[in-house]
Amino acid sequence: MKINKTAQAGALESSDVLVTVEPNPDGGIKVELETKRVIQKQFGKQIEKVILETAQQSGAEDVLIKAQDKGALDYTFRARVQAALQRASL
Amino acid sequence: MKNSVGREIPEYIEGYGQVKPFGGALANYGERTKTSVKLRSVKPGDNKLVETIDEVLDKVGIRDGMTVSFHHHLRNGDYVINLVMEAIAKRGIKDITVAATGIFKIHEPLVDYIKSGVITGISVNYIAPGPVATAISKGLLKKPAVLMSHGGRPRAIESGDLHIDVAFIAAPTADFYGNMNGVHGKAACGTLAYAVSDAQYADHVVAVTDNLVPYPACPIEISQDYVDYVVKVESIGDPNGIVSGTLTVTKDPVGLRIAKLAAQVIEATGYIKEGMSFQTGAGGTSLAVAAEVRRFMKEKNVVGSFAAGGITGYMVDMLNDGLFRSLFDVQCFDLKAIASMRDNPKHQKMSGSLYGNPHNRGAVVNNLDVMILGATEIDTDFNVNVVTGSDGIIIGASGGHNDTAAGSKLAIVVTNLTKGRLPVVKDQVTTVTTPGETIDVLVTERGIAVNPARQDLIDKLKDTDLPIVPIEVLKNIAERLTGKPEPIKFTDQVVAVVEYRDGTVIDAVRKPL
Repeated sequence: MKINKTAQAGALESSDVLVTVEPNPDGGIKVELETKRVIQKQFGKQIEKVILETAQQSGAEDVLIKAQDKGALDYTFRARVQAALQRASL
Repeated sequence: MKNSVGREIPEYIEGYGQVKPFGGALANYGERTKTSVKLRSVKPGDNKLVETIDEVLDKVGIRDGMTVSFHHHLRNGDYVINLVMEAIAKRGIKDITVAATGIFKIHEPLVDYIKSGVITGISVNYIAPGPVATAISKGLLKKPAVLMSHGGRPRAIESGDLHIDVAFIAAPTADFYGNMNGVHGKAACGTLAYAVSDAQYADHVVAVTDNLVPYPACPIEISQDYVDYVVKVESIGDPNGIVSGTLTVTKDPVGLRIAKLAAQVIEATGYIKEGMSFQTGAGGTSLAVAAEVRRFMKEKNVVGSFAAGGITGYMVDMLNDGLFRSLFDVQCFDLKAIASMRDNPKHQKMSGSLYGNPHNRGAVVNNLDVMILGATEIDTDFNVNVVTGSDGIIIGASGGHNDTAAGSKLAIVVTNLTKGRLPVVKDQVTTVTTPGETIDVLVTERGIAVNPARQDLIDKLKDTDLPIVPIEVLKNIAERLTGKPEPIKFTDQVVAVVEYRDGTVIDAVRKPL
C-alpha cells in the first residue's frame, strides 16, 4: 500500500483518537503517539504496538502515523489507522 | 510495616511523625478527651474591627512555624487563602502549615510559596486536581501533605492532633463583633459548616468579610463568642466560582444505566422504605441515582427521614416534593440550596464534626441508610481510591468518602467500568482512601458486585434479574477492554500521608518516578 497524501480518520472526542497519516520521506513506518500522561505511562507501549501492527498488516510502507488520543481502546486505534491509511492510498 | 489493608507504611515519616497504622474501620472507638482551648477574653468596650489583614497578622503575632486554617465553602471562587498567604509571605515569614478544608485551582499562587519555603506543610480534606495537588505530588512541599476526610479533620482539631494557631474564616456576611453567616452577601455560599471546629478550637479566630452589616448578622452560624477579630476586605470571592449554575442529571446513557441498576439494588435490598435516609454526590451519575430513587419512593409512596451531604437543588426539590422530611447540609452546591437553607427550617445545616467525626457522640453519617459514592479506582477487596490518578498524581482527597462509607448501612460505589482507556476495577488500587470493609456494592454498566462480607445483601439479590457477578469478573472485563496496565514506578519519597477518619494512616502517597 503506497501512501500518496495526507489523510485523517477519527476525532478528538472522548474515547476516540484522531489519526493523521502522511508519506514518510525518510522511509519506514513511524508512529507518534500523543496522549494523556496517565495513559502514556500505563499503555503507551501497547498502543504504539497496536498502531504499528495495524499499519504492517495493511501493507503500508513509508508512512508517518500521528495519533492524537483521547482515551481510545485498541479496536478504535485499529479502525482509525486502517481508515486513515486507506484514504491516504487512494 | 503493613497496615490492615495491606499497605506498606513507614513506622516514622519525616515531617509527619510516628505513624499509627490503620487497623480496621471500627477499631478505634471508645473514651475520648477533647483538647483545651486557649483564648483571650474580651471585655466590654473592646474593639474587634481591624482595618487590614496586615494589621490582623500583627495582632495575632504571626511568626515562623505557625498553622493557619481556612475553609473551602467559596470553592474555586475563594480569594481569602491567597490574600492571607500573600500578606504572610510579604513579611518574610517561613515554615507555615496551611490547614485548609479544601484547595482548588484558584489557589495556584500557593505553589510559589511552597517553592520558597513560606508554606512547608499542608493538611486538606478536599483537593481539586490542579497546580497545588501536582506540586505536592512532585514532592515540592518540605513535609508530606496530610490528606484527611471531612469528619477526620474536625476529629483531629478536637483531639488536639491538628492545632490551629490562626483560623481565617471567609465570611460572606459578618458584623463588627464577629457574628457570621454564609447566606447573605455577594459571596454567599450557604453554610459555613467546615469552619465550625476551626472557630471553636483555634488560638486566634479572624472573620474575613466583604459584607459588614449592622449588629447582629442574623441568621448567625458562627457566633461572636468564638471570634477575636473582624477584618473587611474588598472581596472575599468570585460568585461564579463559588456556586455552580444548575447541576443536572447526566444524559450519558452509560451513566443512566449505572444509576438505574444502583436504584434497583437499593430497592431489592429493602432500603426504599418509610423513614429511609440517603446521600449522594453532586456529579451527574450520582444525581441520576437520586432521580431513580425518587421514582421508586413515589411508586411506593414512602417519605424518607433525611437526605444529607453537600446539597444540590435536586435534593431541595425532593425535600419540597415531600420525599424527605428534612435535609442535613454541610455544603451548599448551588443557589437553590443556599436559598433553601436560609428560608426553610427543615433544611438543617450541620458542622463537619456533626457530619462525620468518628470520635464525637455520634455523627450524622451513622444514621445514613444509603450512600452513593464515586471511585477513581476500586480493587478486588473493594478498597477505593479517590486520592491519586492511576499515574500516581494526586487528584483529590477523601472528602466525606470514607466517613459516609463507614457510617452508612448500604454504601454503593457507582462508576463506569473503564474511564476512557483506564480500567477502574483493578487488582490493587494506587492509593487506599476508603477500606473495602466499608463498601458494600459496586455498580458498573457491565455488572454489579456485592462485597462477600455482606451475605445478607447477596441473599436478597440472588433471586432478582440484576447482573450480579464476582468483582474479579468485572476486573477481567475491564482488563480485556483496556489491556493490562504497566505498573507505575514510584520513588521512596512520601509526598502525602492519607489519614483515615480516625487519624490512623491508611496509605502513603509516594512521588512517582
